[in-house]
Amino acid sequence: MAVKKFVVGCYDDEAVLFPAIKKVRSSGHKIHDVYTPFPVHGLDGAMGLKETDLHVAGFIYGITGTCTALGFMSWIFTQDWPVNFGGKPHFALPAFIPITFELTVLFAAVGMVLTFCYLNQIMPGVKKHLFHPRQTDDLFVMAIEVTDNEAEIEAFLKSTGTVETSVQVAEDGWWFGRWDEEENYQDAKFQTA
Amino acid sequence: MHLKYESSVREPLVDGNKSYHQITEDIVSPIEAKPTKLWYFAFFLSVSLLAFGAFSVIWEVYWGTGVWNLNKTIGWGWDITNFVWWVGIGHAGTLISAILLLFRQGWRTGVNRAAEAMTIFAVMCAGQFPIWHMGRVWDAMFVMPYPNTRGPLWPNFDSPLLWDVFAISTYFTVSLLFWYSGLVPDFATVRDRAKTKFRKLAYGVASFGWTGSAKNWQRHEALSLVLAGLSTPLVLSVHTIVSFDFATSVIPGWHTTIFPPYFVAGAIFSGFAMVQTLLIITRRILNLEEYITLGHLEAMNKVIVLTGSIVGVAYLTELFMAWYSGVLYEQEAFRLRVVGPYWWAYWAMMTCNVVSPQFFWFKKLRRNVPFTFIMSIIVNIGMWFERFVIIMTLHRDYLPSSWSYYSPSWPELGFYLGTFGLFFTCFFLFAKYFPVIAIAEIKFILKTSGENYKNEMLKIEEQSNEEFMHEQLSHAHH
Repeated sequence: MAVKKFVVGCYDDEAVLFPAIKKVRSSGHKIHDVYTPFPVHGLDGAMGLKETDLHVAGFIYGITGTCTALGFMSWIFTQDWPVNFGGKPHFALPAFIPITFELTVLFAAVGMVLTFCYLNQIMPGVKKHLFHPRQTDDLFVMAIEVTDNEAEIEAFLKSTGTVETSVQVAEDGWWFGRWDEEENYQDAKFQTA
Repeated sequence: MHLKYESSVREPLVDGNKSYHQITEDIVSPIEAKPTKLWYFAFFLSVSLLAFGAFSVIWEVYWGTGVWNLNKTIGWGWDITNFVWWVGIGHAGTLISAILLLFRQGWRTGVNRAAEAMTIFAVMCAGQFPIWHMGRVWDAMFVMPYPNTRGPLWPNFDSPLLWDVFAISTYFTVSLLFWYSGLVPDFATVRDRAKTKFRKLAYGVASFGWTGSAKNWQRHEALSLVLAGLSTPLVLSVHTIVSFDFATSVIPGWHTTIFPPYFVAGAIFSGFAMVQTLLIITRRILNLEEYITLGHLEAMNKVIVLTGSIVGVAYLTELFMAWYSGVLYEQEAFRLRVVGPYWWAYWAMMTCNVVSPQFFWFKKLRRNVPFTFIMSIIVNIGMWFERFVIIMTLHRDYLPSSWSYYSPSWPELGFYLGTFGLFFTCFFLFAKYFPVIAIAEIKFILKTSGENYKNEMLKIEEQSNEEFMHEQLSHAHH
């Protein structure tokens, strides 16, 4: 969480965005992030992002659910309160399968969604800086973190086929805030060049 | 040239000359417009039905389940008929959102949001029936296994009725999570173009602060895929477990091993019919005919004719098994289904579910909107009768003195109407305030399946190999 300076380039076509990312990366600039209105396949690879391990988390949550359900039902029906249902076995494994399956799915789904929200730092009441209001509509927005050479980088970005560029000072993390109010933190003034 | 190519033989999924911005405009502008008089009227009607349903339920809770016409042989009546009917309707939404995602069916993107919403509302309606059927509803939490001072006394984990509790509540939770995780980016789209203060605030909260970062989208894709993978066996398990309610006893007609696949097929059948009913109206009123095209309706009609025929085979198999079993009681139960006091219900079921969908073998009829609309209602009537027929099989048991004929009382009828009120109240709110089509997903398929983009590909398809090679190479040299 810090206020930083960014050079922002907006593209109106993912076909222009991909070569631009290549050029920016090979010229040694660090891409802070790319914002797109929909999931663009291959973008993570082009940016050099690691594969997500979210599905591994999902597997672990699922197994937890399996063990919880199976262990709990077995303990109740064999140890805590064995009941005789028409002479059937106390440890009735086939009869435990449906609930075991349901809890596996439930744990995996709930756990994964919570992890997803935590990793992405999203939840009701969270506010983040928007580099361009149309980045959730039809623009593909690339932000590059800079210290002092913003004019040079902005000129470079323009050469990659942007439709719009700007230099912005913004918070790179999230904070609690309302989306109907202006961004206002640490007395930082937002400047758009 | 776009990164993915789709042959022009395939029908476009998005008609008209669309750009990314135009998609946002088309789907979000109904949210920003003032509700029409028609909407207020329909919403008021739904709330009135809901209020009447609430009154019927309060009446039942106050006087007890005795106000329903249940008797010695018919212990479930309209109540559980409606429960299974609503749960079944819900299944199409998950089928569209999960199974068709795994099968990479592009056409699901136009209809999945509304179908998933339908799932959630239908499961909410379904859940009402077993809950209020408990009679002493203030003890409803006894079905949950929590440490208690009654022993602790646990529920019976070997009972299909308890499996149902877990299945339905898991199904509702997972469907809701799946639906909402898809809604988050679309709410952000609504938020970022909002003009009014209140809309910015409300959709800001609803969008969880989504900004569309590449890393977030990567995780979003992973989440959607795993949730789809989880929902696919889940949706099959839910109706399998519901069918166990009717299949694991030792009563004639109620111990059939064919029930799980037959119920799942029936659920998808009725669910798609309900999706048709809702979407034919929605696409018309919200002007979304370019997103929910005739091709979408036709694809769903194909699913209807397939699942309708599976259900038909199941009905005939049941009759065959009753005869082949050689069990007198089983044979009599099925004879009574066909020609007994409830013959009208059996034949209504047969006509609506097995005979009428066969019209969809004709392409002209599959693509005929008014015909599809009428058929969708016929199918849902038929599927209601299917569950009614199964439950009414019990009207004659082994003891002739307890034979009976059941018809519902007004609180049962009111309860059923009330769930329609609940369903449509939710659906009208959804249609007004939520993006009824998954905006991000439509944008994702636009360049492969949009009409204007596909037309550009025609030029390439008509090129000779030499021309194509030449052009591609000169592109690469740029």
